[in-house]
Amino acid sequence: MTVVELTQSLNIAAPELALAVGSMVLLMIGVFAPKDSANSTVTGLAVALLIGVLGWMVFFDEQGTAFGGAFVQDSFAYFFKILTLIGSIVALVMSVGFAREEKFDRFEFPILIILATLGMMLMISATSLLSLYMALELQSLALYVIAAINRDSARSTEAGLKYFVLGALSSGMMLYGISLIYGFTGHVDFASIAAALSGEERSVGLLFGLVFLLTGLAFKISAVPFHMWTPDVYEGAPTPVTAFFAGAPKMAAMAMLVRVVTDAFGSVTGDWQQIIIFISIASMVLGAVAAIGQNNIKRLMAYSSIGHMGYALVGLAAGTVAGVQGVLIYMAIYLVMTLGTFAFILAMRRKDEGNVENISDLAGYAQNSPLQATVLTILMFSLAGIPPLAGFWGKWYVFLAAVEAGLYPLAIIGVVASVIGAFYYLRIIKIMWFDEPEGKFVSTAGELRLVMGLSGIFVVGYIVFGGPIAAYAENAAKALF
Amino acid sequence: MDGMPILSLVTFLPLVGVLVILFINDETEAAKRNVRMVALLTTIFTFLVSLMIWVGFENSNPGFQFVEEAEWLGGGLTYRMGVDGISMLFVILTTFLMPFCILAGWESVTKRLKAYMIAFLILETLMIGVFTALDIVLFYVFFEAGLIPMFIIIGVWGGARRVYASFKFFLYTLFGSVLMLIAIMAMYWEAGTTSIPALLAYDFPPQMQFWLWLAFFASFAVKMPMWPVHTWLPDAHVEAPTAGSVILAGVLLKLGGYGFIRFSLSMFPVASAELAWLVFALSCIAIIYTSLVALMQEDMKKLIAYSSVAHMGFVTMGIFAANEQGLQGAIFQMLSHGLVSAALFICVGVIYDRMHTREIAAYGGLVHNMPKYALVFMLFTMANVGLPGTSGFVGEFLTLMGMFRANTWFAFFATSGVILSACYALWLYRRVIFGALEKESLKALLDLSGREKAMLYPLAALTIFFGVYPAPVFDVIGASVDALVTNYDAANEAAKAAMNIALNAK
Repeated sequence: MTVVELTQSLNIAAPELALAVGSMVLLMIGVFAPKDSANSTVTGLAVALLIGVLGWMVFFDEQGTAFGGAFVQDSFAYFFKILTLIGSIVALVMSVGFAREEKFDRFEFPILIILATLGMMLMISATSLLSLYMALELQSLALYVIAAINRDSARSTEAGLKYFVLGALSSGMMLYGISLIYGFTGHVDFASIAAALSGEERSVGLLFGLVFLLTGLAFKISAVPFHMWTPDVYEGAPTPVTAFFAGAPKMAAMAMLVRVVTDAFGSVTGDWQQIIIFISIASMVLGAVAAIGQNNIKRLMAYSSIGHMGYALVGLAAGTVAGVQGVLIYMAIYLVMTLGTFAFILAMRRKDEGNVENISDLAGYAQNSPLQATVLTILMFSLAGIPPLAGFWGKWYVFLAAVEAGLYPLAIIGVVASVIGAFYYLRIIKIMWFDEPEGKFVSTAGELRLVMGLSGIFVVGYIVFGGPIAAYAENAAKALF
Repeated sequence: MDGMPILSLVTFLPLVGVLVILFINDETEAAKRNVRMVALLTTIFTFLVSLMIWVGFENSNPGFQFVEEAEWLGGGLTYRMGVDGISMLFVILTTFLMPFCILAGWESVTKRLKAYMIAFLILETLMIGVFTALDIVLFYVFFEAGLIPMFIIIGVWGGARRVYASFKFFLYTLFGSVLMLIAIMAMYWEAGTTSIPALLAYDFPPQMQFWLWLAFFASFAVKMPMWPVHTWLPDAHVEAPTAGSVILAGVLLKLGGYGFIRFSLSMFPVASAELAWLVFALSCIAIIYTSLVALMQEDMKKLIAYSSVAHMGFVTMGIFAANEQGLQGAIFQMLSHGLVSAALFICVGVIYDRMHTREIAAYGGLVHNMPKYALVFMLFTMANVGLPGTSGFVGEFLTLMGMFRANTWFAFFATSGVILSACYALWLYRRVIFGALEKESLKALLDLSGREKAMLYPLAALTIFFGVYPAPVFDVIGASVDALVTNYDAANEAAKAAMNIALNAK
């Protein structure tokens, strides 16, 4: 690699470099700052850093391939990186009030979030199996620690341990898959793998490698049958951590999955398509059915996210530009709905009990705070996929792609699952609107109100201003084909 | 009038009322009165503006009028509005019934009044949108979105089993609709457009028509509702507040019928002809079975709900008879049923507000102290039965006539429904109104109040007017129905010819 190439690469990867350097600096600040203000200082600076990177990406649209083809900055990467950054920023902002109330002030938390975000951004950009694996491990290690960050709580440590053991298992499987793929194609970067596959008959060994690789990836997006960790981790981790888990990492993992199968394995679509279809159907159905019996709202959101990953995969199963566009739009809408819902979950605080997490605690919400309840109702209807709300449009694009590809059974099972899934969202609405109040929540912090309001406006307004988002997603999807 | 987007105006006008209500703080009595007034004025104003559509409507033009187009979301979707003879009167029916809905909840709704009025105004926008949308996705959005306010209306202001009823209503109708969504997507890829006029002109292959027809049928049959997927309706009706029942019977049931005409019959004529027997059979069963069920009901609202199912049986039959009489009769029957069933539910609401029970057995002899009420109730009962001189007769007669032309046996069975409807309706009337006034609690009942008169008298006048002089309606729908029947016959002739060629070639 010449000096020119190196500077060019560094230039293209500037946002990631900024995060890497910034996290080190913040660590120093956290260590040397006075103990009582360390958390707030570092959190503030971390948010500023993430917003700075986001702004950098929006204003300096620097695209290209870097580091000898291991890293790419294209419009697809941009789309998902912006989503990931938004997810991280919002999760971090929402943690402020919680940290204050629950004495959860560890300055390591924002730094770990930055490191995880860095890992995610590298995952999104990875165009080689090796860079992909390293980025994934950077992200995962940070997430394991975050899951267990409330180390005095048995539930949190349990969640962290569970996540770690299962995550390590999936990483191992993925690494095994990568080695098989390397063994049978002789390459690790996506372009060379694609070239090697297009020429000759693909071997059975490669198929094994692909299955193992997809297993690992499915674990990261918590798709069935590799979803078991999700409800426990969602429930056990502190709520701001769960809010983070539900958003940004899903974006990165989905981006990685889409890029791997379309970029590296675009010529053997038939091989991975059936796996994706199976995962998708299983996730949609399990997400819809298993959530019905849940009483803890965080567990319910875990199953809901499993279901939503299934819907997003419907688009990927189509394997077309329209399908990938559907995945992008779906993930963007999913991110907004999830962050908005977690703002409400964080706002479920009673004066004497602290944070409450049962669905029944929402009883009478519509009478105590009608405006907030209306926004949450809108979010629930949107998660259920009822038009004219954004959630419907997410489903519209992915199912449209599936129908175009002739995947009628998948589409029909999907919509039927969405009707079953509508039941538990309706149940939350029912508790809010139809049941009598049992107690009030304390008044909501400003930052949570902001997140609620913005997500509500987005979900309602998508029908009016969604055009540019769809166009941007289409543009991003074309980058892969 | 040129250049003014009157359809969008009428569709979204109620939302202006919503905005105004949002700024009213509903703690005091005065504020509550303001909320009611704003809602009432909004709906009346919307109705008056919607009359401008009728004024500007060209009866002789079978195509879409007042068409508006705008960019929307990209990817082939367009914001497109327009009405033809089939949809225009439904818009008027909706805007006409809304002030009555607001009035129906004037005194009985006290809790969460603001949300109640907002829900109804949003519902109005969505219902009008269904009839004016000329893009199939836009149609679907309006069609489905109506579930949200209706779910809240039944669930919050409904009766004792409101939670069960609201869930059943929501999930049943959602389940029907999602299959239609897949069909819409398939149509988009086949025809390359979501514009309704373009889809109407497009010739779908017969095999595909068959599946599309079934998918649309799943949705509209639930909405209509047809036997055996009607069971959500009695529950929803019984538990919904009076205004909810009015809008459910008056407008929401018509969405299914409108959908059958606009989509199933017009876009898939070959499949419609092929599967008409299915509709006829289900309609016949609906007419006879639900009439018998209605006979044995002890709850007044449930009785009227079952009678609605029976009347919708006539409508579906008339539609798929696919001749001029049948279609015109079906549309007229829907409009007439919109007025009559709405009035009947208001009638039930009148005594429910006084006694807080809908048990038929709890009443009797009301003619003695509520003569005015007895009179209007009789009029609407007769209209429900289909007595000549009321609007109910015109629609029923025409649908049966159309049916006789299509299939005599089905028509024979359907006609027996006329007798059965007379049985249950008159029996209900006798038990509630006639007999001795023996029950102590009933003796103090007052006759119709001014507000109730304002609701019932206009409906009564229209019921008689359209029964005697239905021409204004037929003038509007005539040209569009003619065009529809011509297209339908031509498509089926062409399909038959193609089939013959294929057979001869073998």
